[in-house]
Amino acid sequence: MARAVSTRRKIGFTIAAWAVGLAIFFPILWTILTSFKTEAEAISSPPSFLFFDWTLENYTTVQERSNYFRHFWNSVVISLGSTVLGLIIAIPAAWSMAFVPGKRTKDVLMWMLSTKMLPPVGVLIPIYLIFRDVGLLDTKTGLVIVLTLINLPIIVWMLYTYFKEIPGEILEAARMDGATLRDEIIHVLTPMAVPGIASTLLLNVILAWNEAFWTLNLTAAKAAPLTAFIASYSSPEGLFYAKLSAASTMAIAPILILGWFSQKQLVRGLTFGAVK
Amino acid sequence: MATQHSRSAARIMISPAVVLLLAWMIVPLALTIYFSLLRYNLLMPGTERFVGLLNYKLFFNNPAFFTALINTLLLVGGVLIITVVGGILLAILLDQPIWGQGIVRILVIAPFFVMPTVSALVWKNMFMNPVSGLFAEFSKAVGLAPFDFLSQAPLASIIGIVSWQWLPFATLILLTAIQSLDSEQMEAAEMDGASALSRFWYITLPHLSRAITVVILIQTIFLLSVFAEILVTTNGGPGNASTNLTYLVYARSLLNFDVGGGSAGGVVAIILANIVAIFLMRMIGKNLDA
Amino acid sequence: MGRITLDKVTKKFGDVEVIPPLDLTIEDGEFVVFVGPSGCGKSTLLRLIAGLEDVSGGEIRIDGKPATDLPPAKRGLAMVFQSYALYPHMSVRKNIAFPMKMAGMPEDEQKRRIDNAARALNLTDYLDRRPGQLSGGQRQRVAIGRAIVREPAAFLFDEPLSNLDAALRVGMRMEISELHKKLDTTMIYVTHDQVEAMTMADKIVVLRAGNIEQVGSPLELYRNPRNTFVAGFIGSPKMNLIDGAEAKKHSAETIGVRPEHIDVSPSEGTWKGRIGVAEHLGSDTFFHVHDTGLAETITIRAGGEVGLHHGDTVFLTPQADKLHRFDGQGLRIA
Repeated sequence: MARAVSTRRKIGFTIAAWAVGLAIFFPILWTILTSFKTEAEAISSPPSFLFFDWTLENYTTVQERSNYFRHFWNSVVISLGSTVLGLIIAIPAAWSMAFVPGKRTKDVLMWMLSTKMLPPVGVLIPIYLIFRDVGLLDTKTGLVIVLTLINLPIIVWMLYTYFKEIPGEILEAARMDGATLRDEIIHVLTPMAVPGIASTLLLNVILAWNEAFWTLNLTAAKAAPLTAFIASYSSPEGLFYAKLSAASTMAIAPILILGWFSQKQLVRGLTFGAVK
Repeated sequence: MATQHSRSAARIMISPAVVLLLAWMIVPLALTIYFSLLRYNLLMPGTERFVGLLNYKLFFNNPAFFTALINTLLLVGGVLIITVVGGILLAILLDQPIWGQGIVRILVIAPFFVMPTVSALVWKNMFMNPVSGLFAEFSKAVGLAPFDFLSQAPLASIIGIVSWQWLPFATLILLTAIQSLDSEQMEAAEMDGASALSRFWYITLPHLSRAITVVILIQTIFLLSVFAEILVTTNGGPGNASTNLTYLVYARSLLNFDVGGGSAGGVVAIILANIVAIFLMRMIGKNLDA
Repeated sequence: MGRITLDKVTKKFGDVEVIPPLDLTIEDGEFVVFVGPSGCGKSTLLRLIAGLEDVSGGEIRIDGKPATDLPPAKRGLAMVFQSYALYPHMSVRKNIAFPMKMAGMPEDEQKRRIDNAARALNLTDYLDRRPGQLSGGQRQRVAIGRAIVREPAAFLFDEPLSNLDAALRVGMRMEISELHKKLDTTMIYVTHDQVEAMTMADKIVVLRAGNIEQVGSPLELYRNPRNTFVAGFIGSPKMNLIDGAEAKKHSAETIGVRPEHIDVSPSEGTWKGRIGVAEHLGSDTFFHVHDTGLAETITIRAGGEVGLHHGDTVFLTPQADKLHRFDGQGLRIA
């Protein structure tokens, strides 16, 4: 790779790449900019790009009128709760499959993945009715349960691919050193797998945060996370661009930042380790 | 490679995950199939009765079903073509020596982290709105009549929005795959006198084939269930012009309260997804060995 | 102490029998090397003794007590792995302390033992580093340190030197031998390298396909290999094995003669041939002689400064009393 690239070529590619990158990012940028405009400026024609009177009033209005922070908190509880619960169930399972593989391990993994392919709409009705009958509709608990279950296969798979990279000899060494199974998992495996567990956590928080089928169908006002909160801007409030933008910016900002940190793990997690 | 002791421990530790997923799969599935054989409307409680395959017959005879089926296929196919072709081109572009590669990467990947309801609303109102959206402003500026995307071309507009969300995913995975290509292989091909185009055709593309398959299959799972984007932008309309299977079942059961009919649709959706899933499992299964 | 007995031990993976019934006794304080080509079952045998695999049949006794069903931790054995298997997230000190911590040993006793082990293994300055910051040889020493502090009944080594470069390997070989002299504890050492086996062992166990081909001291194996396999495996360069008419002259199916037991002369001798490759090592010269009509190549070892070169015609004379004779089954004829 030690080859001089002609500067002119590099300039050309740089301009092209930045142009495409900015075009793709533009809707997000535009949303963020609009969130700082007044409503009048937001629909002014021709639209102003940077030279307008910056204001924060949209953010305060959104919080006051629709209690943004309650929905934000719902999103946090639901996404973190379902991920942590999922990890607790998945770590032992992934340990089993990575370090004590049997003849059927591969089939079990495949089967777990196949549950992910069940289209949610196919099971929406029974889940909806069951939740209605046991009082889980529009509760955070209900959503934590559902999101744990739909993301469990991904969590198991991600952990499995990370655990596979830990040499089994180290766990055997621990066994020779007198560690019980519990010691082995707590003192040896988990600390060694911290990077893998952290990226699994990150990716699943992102997936759960953005999940928009179950969260829309199983919540009303009380437990609605940000996905459902934003959907309520569908109409007619959606025509108040500045407020819509402020609400949208607040809904995506935390996860956008988390996501940028986890790009690499994202590839691995979402392709079940097939692309690294 | 283990002892009896560790094998039985393994069995115990894997069981919570297996039991939960088994329950999650079997219970609702069985209920869906059961409901699909009933006349069951939430507005008329107490009138449930067994009707055999009537719900399926009604579902298939309903013209909305075929529209939804075709819309589903168009949506999945359209988004796949746009994201895979665009993803390959973008990945190649980003793999070139450029200044600020890390920042461009961050810009390109961003839409993937935007929740579906937000991206649908932003596109619908701030870009595609025929009166005050940015596209309308642009048309006016160049002297054209504004185009009402969501009523004139609802499905194409939704394909556009969904493609915007998934293009980053395809790009990121294909870029990762391209970067894992052994540079010596490229140099060898260059020594052998292969042109840039034939290097792409004979080396880069085959190297990407596995990543491309993974992208197609994984996106398909998610694209079959596109829901929020439709709910927020068009509500499946005008008419059924942008209704896919997922949305049709939702509308049947939760808007019309027809649990029986909705369940029949759900079963059909499951069968369709399974056809796709079979290919996906084969593919990932192969990669497990590799 | 550390007397280990294997009684009709077998191991099957599914339907494949990797270790047919096998009997072996390892005396207390002995340095035993399991040697054989890859896939001969030597590592599996070690793992059976360690308890990392279940036996499919037979019994393992440690100091006369049945250990067949004991988990690895309860067998009182320590193991040094091929990859060293250090805990990457713990400092050297914590790595060495881990088995003692698991055993619930008092802190001050732990500290005393760590300090002793560190001094003996030249690790004192590295106790607070992570394994990732150490060289291959240092990691090896940490792994040994972790084994020593437990004061086990026996040490198990699974190809511990195969990840080190050649120079380091010679050094570590001597360190392990010295350690054995000093501790006087049973050691079982697995390797595919016959040089390690010859230089370190009190007793060598040669394995092939799960079967014990021969057990004996290094020199016994060198002098009296029980069959053609052991003959070819022990000794470097390999013994020349010749069959056909020449063997018949000695009323055997195969005869074997080591390269160092063939005299070479430019003018006269029993066999005639032409030198192919000549490897000059300074102290010795290895000649690969072709066109003898006996075998493809006859390897001979001559002194350092023999004036013979590629393409020369030479005459070879095997030393009659160093000739090994084998029958049709490849077994030694006494």
